[in-house]
Amino acid sequence: MLAERQAGNGVGDAASPWDVARVREDFPVLAQTVNGKPLVYLDNAASSQVPQVVIDRGSRYLQEEHSNIHRGVHYLSQRATTAYEGAREKVRRFINARESRECIFVRGCTEGINLVMHGYGRKFVAAGDEIIVSAMEHHANIVPWQMLCEEKGATLRVIPMNDAGELLLDEYEALLNERTKLVCVMHVSNALGTINPIKEIVARAHKQGVPVLVDGAQGAPHLTIDVQDLDADFYIISGHKMFAPTGSGVVYGKAELLERMNPFLGGGDMIRTVTFEKTTYAGLPNKFEAGTPAIASQIGLGAAIDYLNSLDRRAAHAYEHELLAYATEKLTAIEGVRIIGTAREKVGALSFVIEDVHPHDVGTILDQEGIAVRAGHHCAQPVMKRFNIPATARASFAFYNTKEEIDTLASAVQKVIEVFS
Amino acid sequence: MSELSELYQQVILDHNKKPRNFKKLETANRHADGFNPLCGDQLTVYMQFEDDRIADVSFEGTGCAISKASASMMTQSVKGKTRAEVESLFNEFHRMVTGELDEETTPNNLGRLTIFAGVREFPARVKCASLSWHTLHAALAGEDAATTENLGADITSEQVSA
Ligand SMILES: Cc1ncc(COP(=O)(O)O)c(C=O)c1O
Repeated sequence: MLAERQAGNGVGDAASPWDVARVREDFPVLAQTVNGKPLVYLDNAASSQVPQVVIDRGSRYLQEEHSNIHRGVHYLSQRATTAYEGAREKVRRFINARESRECIFVRGCTEGINLVMHGYGRKFVAAGDEIIVSAMEHHANIVPWQMLCEEKGATLRVIPMNDAGELLLDEYEALLNERTKLVCVMHVSNALGTINPIKEIVARAHKQGVPVLVDGAQGAPHLTIDVQDLDADFYIISGHKMFAPTGSGVVYGKAELLERMNPFLGGGDMIRTVTFEKTTYAGLPNKFEAGTPAIASQIGLGAAIDYLNSLDRRAAHAYEHELLAYATEKLTAIEGVRIIGTAREKVGALSFVIEDVHPHDVGTILDQEGIAVRAGHHCAQPVMKRFNIPATARASFAFYNTKEEIDTLASAVQKVIEVFS
Repeated sequence: MSELSELYQQVILDHNKKPRNFKKLETANRHADGFNPLCGDQLTVYMQFEDDRIADVSFEGTGCAISKASASMMTQSVKGKTRAEVESLFNEFHRMVTGELDEETTPNNLGRLTIFAGVREFPARVKCASLSWHTLHAALAGEDAATTENLGADITSEQVSA
């Protein structure tokens, strides 16, 4: 099967080498009807679906291996620990980190960014310092930094973007100065689909000696991630957006930075010695993993990575690109529809508004057709403000979506326009 | 599709397109802002409250068809009513959209507002229909903001039993 999938990766073929029907069989949730219609799941940017192999891995853990990790000399604890640490090594390879101790397990991207805010920000940011974020960030990459700035008397600076939803790199360069302590940007925008030029953003920050945190929540599901090539100082991932269960996630950080940071949560497993006078902390990664983690979920993340590796990822990426282009063409052709976010480099998400129809009403009518989209501000209120709209409807794609589903979306959008005409 | 046409009835679509009393009320002596943080809906209810009565009322803001039409029709039906009458109407409206009150079998004062009964088939939209009412309630109580954030009561009986 594997060889077959990879054999079809011819470039320039009229037919897609991607066997989407075969891939759909891996995702049991997709084979259901909603409101009497086949489910069309286009809300992957909010949370992606889980393949059977990941479900099976999670059940096997719960049925045969469950125990607390790092705490027992007994058989089950050893097995659980081996599986959990095995998942960490899979993550390391997936993002090409130098060492697996640079991969901290967290419950998701939000917790991950907060970990860096507390561990790095609260230690190294002082009054008068500046933190740079971008105009397109998710609230998860704004609010923690705002909280930090408030606490320390530091200032938040914002990289602006153009009307297409692309960051203005010259303006970014002008914001960097000796007071800048950290740059926090997203790899891929959940609201606009923009792929940001992270390598370039990192290079410019590093010229000034400033570390960069990358919110990779939407990057990891769609792009090949190489943290060494990007030279990112922190790269944060949510497992549930890349075919793993909720409660899984990763903070990648360069070892020398993680070593210098304060711990995040205090408690069991993150210590070396505890007395009432003084506690010394464990080494990486345990220093940042206080308490019992989401063991089953993180093992599921490892299984999701195995699953992704079993696919021809280049073909998957090409196919996702094709889906986005097709959907963009289909929706653009409908009178009254406007695409929000028209960057040259995009992946995954297609935000749109319909003239005189609120996105919330669009969401309800599409749902009646079995189509799951997100309607709202996508936890990016500043983006909505930038485009002067209250909200958008957003279709977001994974490699298991089909062109037929996009046709269904397009005719449902027509229907919305009819209802409101 | 029938549930959908139940939700988006012509009257609702009409109020969405041409909301009534959609303006800032210059004579207002009370007002409150309402937010639905989930979808970003935002509205302000203005009222001129005199001798225990709503002498005049209006609203402004952005929102979906359901929230706009609901606000529009609400302003029409509460104008001239006493505080007690308005609170009782809010109670009936709220119970209707959450499925606790069957407007066809239980006597009520809802009148044209029963057009929003279809909302109860769409649990995710109950907050849209009730945002303006919560905001009106806040203005009456002399508070200046309402949000649907913590309104546990805004779930339908179907959700509770599910
Ligand atoms: C770009 C981006 N950053 C951060 C997050 C937050 O991720 P989570 O909710 O998994 O913590 C999301 C998901 O909503 C996202 O799309």
